[in-house]
Amino acid sequence: MRVSKRAGVVALTTAVALVAAGCSGSDDSDTGKGSGDTANGAITIDGTQPEVGLIPANTTETGGGKIVDFLWTGLVQYPNDGGAPKNAVAQEIKTTDSKVYTIKIKPDTKFHDGTVVKAKNFVDAWNWAAYSPNGAQNGSFFSDIAGFADVHTEDPDGDGPKKAPEPKAKTMSGLKVVDDTTFEVTLNAPFSIFPTKLGYSAFMPLPDAFFSQTPEEFGKKPIGNGPVKFVSWQDNVEVKLTRFDDYNLDDKVKIKDVTVKMYQEDTAAYNDLVSGTLDFQQQVPVSSLAGDKWKADLGDRAIEAQIPVMQILGIPIYDKRFQNANLRKAISLSINRQEIADKIFFNTRKAATSWSSPLAPGHTDNDCTVCKFDPAAAKAALQAAGGFTGELVLYYNADASHKEWMEATAQSIKTNLGINVRAEGIPTFAVFRQTINDHKMKGIYRAGWQQDYPDVENWIGPLYVTGGSSNDGLFSNGQVDKLYKEGTAAPSVDEAHAKFADATKIIDQEVPAIPMFEVTQQSGVSDRVTGVKTTNVGEIDLSSVQLK
Amino acid sequence: MGRYVLRRLLQLIPVFFGTTFLIYYLVWAVPGDPFAGKCGERPCPQSYVDFMTEKFNLDKPIIVQYGTYMKNLLQGDFGQTFGGRQISDLISDAYPNTIKLAIVALIIEAVIGLTAGVLTGLRRNGFLDNLVLVSTLFMIALPIFVLGFLLQKWLGVDLGIVKPTVSNPPSFGELLMPGFVLGSASMAYIARLARTSIAENRRSDYVRTAIAKGLPMKRVVGVHLLRNSLIPVVTYLGTDLGALMGGAIVTEGIFNINGIGRQVYRAIVTKEGATVVSIVVILVLVYLLSNLLVDLLYAALDPRIRYE
Repeated sequence: MRVSKRAGVVALTTAVALVAAGCSGSDDSDTGKGSGDTANGAITIDGTQPEVGLIPANTTETGGGKIVDFLWTGLVQYPNDGGAPKNAVAQEIKTTDSKVYTIKIKPDTKFHDGTVVKAKNFVDAWNWAAYSPNGAQNGSFFSDIAGFADVHTEDPDGDGPKKAPEPKAKTMSGLKVVDDTTFEVTLNAPFSIFPTKLGYSAFMPLPDAFFSQTPEEFGKKPIGNGPVKFVSWQDNVEVKLTRFDDYNLDDKVKIKDVTVKMYQEDTAAYNDLVSGTLDFQQQVPVSSLAGDKWKADLGDRAIEAQIPVMQILGIPIYDKRFQNANLRKAISLSINRQEIADKIFFNTRKAATSWSSPLAPGHTDNDCTVCKFDPAAAKAALQAAGGFTGELVLYYNADASHKEWMEATAQSIKTNLGINVRAEGIPTFAVFRQTINDHKMKGIYRAGWQQDYPDVENWIGPLYVTGGSSNDGLFSNGQVDKLYKEGTAAPSVDEAHAKFADATKIIDQEVPAIPMFEVTQQSGVSDRVTGVKTTNVGEIDLSSVQLK
Repeated sequence: MGRYVLRRLLQLIPVFFGTTFLIYYLVWAVPGDPFAGKCGERPCPQSYVDFMTEKFNLDKPIIVQYGTYMKNLLQGDFGQTFGGRQISDLISDAYPNTIKLAIVALIIEAVIGLTAGVLTGLRRNGFLDNLVLVSTLFMIALPIFVLGFLLQKWLGVDLGIVKPTVSNPPSFGELLMPGFVLGSASMAYIARLARTSIAENRRSDYVRTAIAKGLPMKRVVGVHLLRNSLIPVVTYLGTDLGALMGGAIVTEGIFNINGIGRQVYRAIVTKEGATVVSIVVILVLVYLLSNLLVDLLYAALDPRIRYE
């Protein structure tokens, strides 16, 4: 408990320090030498074709998500190092009971079309996203808000032939515009982490112009309120962005033009990066990681950063064979994570030691005691569970590079527990996910989790609480649910984190999933740019980029 | 001749409906719910799935889906991708690049392949013949992506003579390297086909007669020998053109060319039946027409062939 509180305080101070550093940083560059080049500079970064139009609440994939993140600034922003969020468009977010939030926004920020960002731009945008006939991919993010059930209905029997009933209302009763710069959000139940969520792209404001055209039209020519504005989009070729000169928050960009060039193969982008025609590649290809080839190719242009992503093995708790916690513990303890990280990932992954990413505020180091490699304890736990009969199959999707580490994991369990284990690939991610979504997995399966917003809550609520959006294994534990609920209802973030730490202790005993690796990202920059930093999700921080 | 062409064109109609239905059915039968993997590691909200299912008629039987699609297609509406883009725009953006690449590859393979074939066919068993034999064997054995990566690394990254990837839209100059890579295997086949054909006809009666008549060697080879030896080569080039027009997933990927192969691949993976079929419709037409063209060329090359 104590550790968690301290971590919260530390994170907060770092965040404040960062804001200060951010300000002074940009001041320096304005007067610094070489700023002339930077001020008119243009860079090219890699990307993939966005799958859908660029509307924040409808974008869940990384290709479009990255551009949405550049184009929009939310109420709060997340510092690059993963600390607690700081206010961006929001002036202040007040609450007395964690249930009713009064949000005051800065009065003078502007959309790219010149209109002022007002409270109603947030309220309208959220109502649009939550209204189920609009079919927004991020619609469920608003389920905390009072009145969500009235605007969001679902087809009662999954899909067809019956249609979802028409929602009762078009707007959520929990959203109230007070005046141009203030609005009030009432939640269904107290939720202490709500302000942290507000930096996620689903919560971005939409300009009035959005509502006077179709979403498709808007998605092709988006108007945001971020440090860069949209110029043009040539499908499968590039998206051009340019500096928004009226932007008045901390993360102004110093360069002028940004081109996001679409690549279908990361190797093509990598060759462009090495030969100097590309200025930033977010993740160098797997083929260049072997033997640290990418470091040899790039030298001091290589950037390594931890991202808030963990690789996890999911367990189908709905399958009778996996309902014994001792068995799950035995499997987790029998995996030699460090060896797999060394041999297969060339240390681009770190063996997991806790249930959440270190980049999440509220995280506790080493709180995963079952993440240790301890063959003796594993065997003892297996005995306590009464052994395991039959074959244990580890499933992965074969259309990405998971075969090697899943097979190594299977081998590790087999050797150390003496049970029959093998790994099996499922051809495509779609079929793989469908089996998981339908709760029909017949063995342990690979999963990955990237936090939506930086807080340890995001590593518990969706994954291990009964009914959580990604609780695919249908794990359910009354105590975890109770502690989680107490945490979300806590009057302050620190008290919430303390409750989450308690919940994690029970999770650590129950082992609803098996944390495997913390993921690091290997990026590269060209020799034209300098000072490049990556954000808390590993995207390029455009405000940090300067030309040499 | 006119009737023959008309008959061939009429044959296109059943082939067109047959192929499009088959393709539509195959994409539909690919296992996996199109929206299962769409939202990453979590299921998509049901409201989104409902919205998309209704918009794209995915809950209707396959026949109804195909019928609706065909009705729109015959009215010139190719439909939309799941991402909301017009499929016709997608094709008109990507197809010119594929055609350019196909033309460059075809010219490279025809010029180099034919030259090598004719030279070695006339002077068999010499040094040049053996050299071509070995190098074509090497080219056929080398997978296309190996050659692609190697050339890209050497010429693009290490030597810096060309850019590793093309700009968009690519210029013909930029497509020389990708075109060479794409045409490399066919180039080798053409060289061997031409060599065998020339060598065989070299010993035939009409060539001997032509030489005996005292015709200059240039005319014997250029008119009599070459024209008759070209038939298998033209057949090959014709089908190859059809194949090249169908896009080149690997080559387009390596050199980041925004071509049709990549679009088909993406659409198959995301189970977008309408996109796959729309592109394939065009590919089928191109393939059939290029085959017809080849058949007509036969008549021009060989006076013995007549179409009724």
